Amino acid sequence: MRKRVLPGFGISLGYALAYLGLIVLLPLAALAWKASGIGLHGLFRLLESPRTLAALKLSFGGALLAALLNVFIGLLVAWALVRYRFPGRRLLDALIDLPFALPTAVAGIALTALYAPNGWLGRWVVPMGIQVAYAPLGVLLAMVFVGFPFVVRTLQPVLQSLERDVEEAAESLGATRRQTFLRVILPLLVPTLLTGFALALARAVGEYGSVIFIAGNIPMRSEIAPLLIVQKLEEFNYAGAAALGVVMLAFSFILLLLIAVLQRWSRRWAERAA
Amino acid sequence: MKIRSTLFAITGTLLAASAMARDVTLLNASYDPTRELYRAVNTAFAAQWKAQHGDTVTIQMSHGGSGKQARAVVDGLPADVITLALAYDIDAVADHGLLDKSWQQRLPDNSSPYTSTIVFLVRKGNPKGIHDWNDLIKPGVQVITPNPKTSGGARWNFLAAWGYALKQPGGNDAKAKAFVKTLFQHVPVLDTGARGATNTFAQRGIGDVLLAWENEALLARHEPDGDKFEIVVPSISILAEPPVAVVDKNVDARGTRQIAEAYLKFLYTPQAQEIEARNFYRPRSPTVAAEYAAQFPKVNTFTLAELFGTWRQTQAKFFADGGVFDQVGPGN
Repeated sequence: MRKRVLPGFGISLGYALAYLGLIVLLPLAALAWKASGIGLHGLFRLLESPRTLAALKLSFGGALLAALLNVFIGLLVAWALVRYRFPGRRLLDALIDLPFALPTAVAGIALTALYAPNGWLGRWVVPMGIQVAYAPLGVLLAMVFVGFPFVVRTLQPVLQSLERDVEEAAESLGATRRQTFLRVILPLLVPTLLTGFALALARAVGEYGSVIFIAGNIPMRSEIAPLLIVQKLEEFNYAGAAALGVVMLAFSFILLLLIAVLQRWSRRWAERAA
Repeated sequence: MKIRSTLFAITGTLLAASAMARDVTLLNASYDPTRELYRAVNTAFAAQWKAQHGDTVTIQMSHGGSGKQARAVVDGLPADVITLALAYDIDAVADHGLLDKSWQQRLPDNSSPYTSTIVFLVRKGNPKGIHDWNDLIKPGVQVITPNPKTSGGARWNFLAAWGYALKQPGGNDAKAKAFVKTLFQHVPVLDTGARGATNTFAQRGIGDVLLAWENEALLARHEPDGDKFEIVVPSISILAEPPVAVVDKNVDARGTRQIAEAYLKFLYTPQAQEIEARNFYRPRSPTVAAEYAAQFPKVNTFTLAELFGTWRQTQAKFFADGGVFDQVGPGN
């Protein structure tokens, strides 16, 4: 092995593995063990139920859409915060983290109060036929809210380290503004955008507190998968609840794995472009 | 230095004081709407116990959805007593060996010191003209109830509606099922708990009728903006019996059996029955009930045992996975 400047490979790896095992793997193993109680047949029955499928579709579909929206809005916000100097910039920057700090139930109640038919915004949009609170749109809104900081916060340092000379060089070599953005800047940002996307997605899939208040929770329409888990617990059906948890975990894992593959691929693409 | 010596003095005094009189703490795991009730009961019980035994009792409360509380106790919450929304949740704790399965026979009146029923809360002036259960399924009426899967109170709502349909002339299970199915088509939001549903109805302005515990409805009427609502008593409703029990395993481990049992027996005394009535629970004691008769409208009620049998049977038939509620609830 090559000699390193700082020693401690063995001990740091040891700690890393022990910690990961204790904090992440042990609870997940317990979950899988509980879930094994319903057996393969039970698992298929669970996945056949139209209600489970509708809830999974809403949870994952909503989370994917919310993460996508956050990538676009987040890129815009991060760009504005990093590239421009304007009064109130620091305040705006501090506001970004609020969805992290706010208890999610508070966020859910606030959004519901705002968009309910008698709320400040609801009283205008509901007569126009746009129902946000107690509808799938509300689920999406809550998911966008909780996932928003991830994209901005992952992008900011990368944008900061992106030298302006790169754009100037592109311009002096005759690239149009559009070409500069699409072919020079964007490729450098894609790996980070994907990280932000993955974080926002993961957060939205597991979100319970804020969504539950705004969703309306009508089966087949606005019922998220984590609520089905809570309902199974209410029936003291621990195995069923754990099984649905494992299904969600498996889906999330596949999605995150796909994103990681995309990221590797885009990084190589960015390096080749540079 | 001065601060440190003062601290020593305070610590010393506290230690000496605790050595003389025994300090006992009890944990009561209860469901959501009982906050105000048990705050008042606990103060009264602590005063009485202090006067009779000299010990200082502190009763800590844990509130949450009834089923969630039962699960917490099963998972190790060291509650000395559980005071929940329905007997099935205590049965579930008993199934895990934490208390005797015959717990419901240990105290009078099915171990329910107070009762309640299910009534309608409507908006001021009753604009939709809601007077009975069949008015809830009129076109354009929206009904707010929590989800029976996650809320004990909502299970009483469901059974009250079912019982109404069953008791109509020519009523049978099929007709009751059809009635409840139509009723749930009028439900636009399913909150997970009773307080959430009350908020949706009262604060968010959703729906025309809230199906509610009578104690919650009376409490809402006595809030500052309570005159925005009216209570409508249907022709018939269910007698909801929220039960209480000592958790054998926990009190034996903590040595608190004597005081925990005294605490639950206290709930049946005239003093506690008064407190319960003042907090809008119907007292079992006929004398206290007569005293507060003006507060509680006359309701024609049926019990769970009369129409449905035990809570175990009811849960299995109606609310278990794939049960009646899964067949008739919203989304079907």
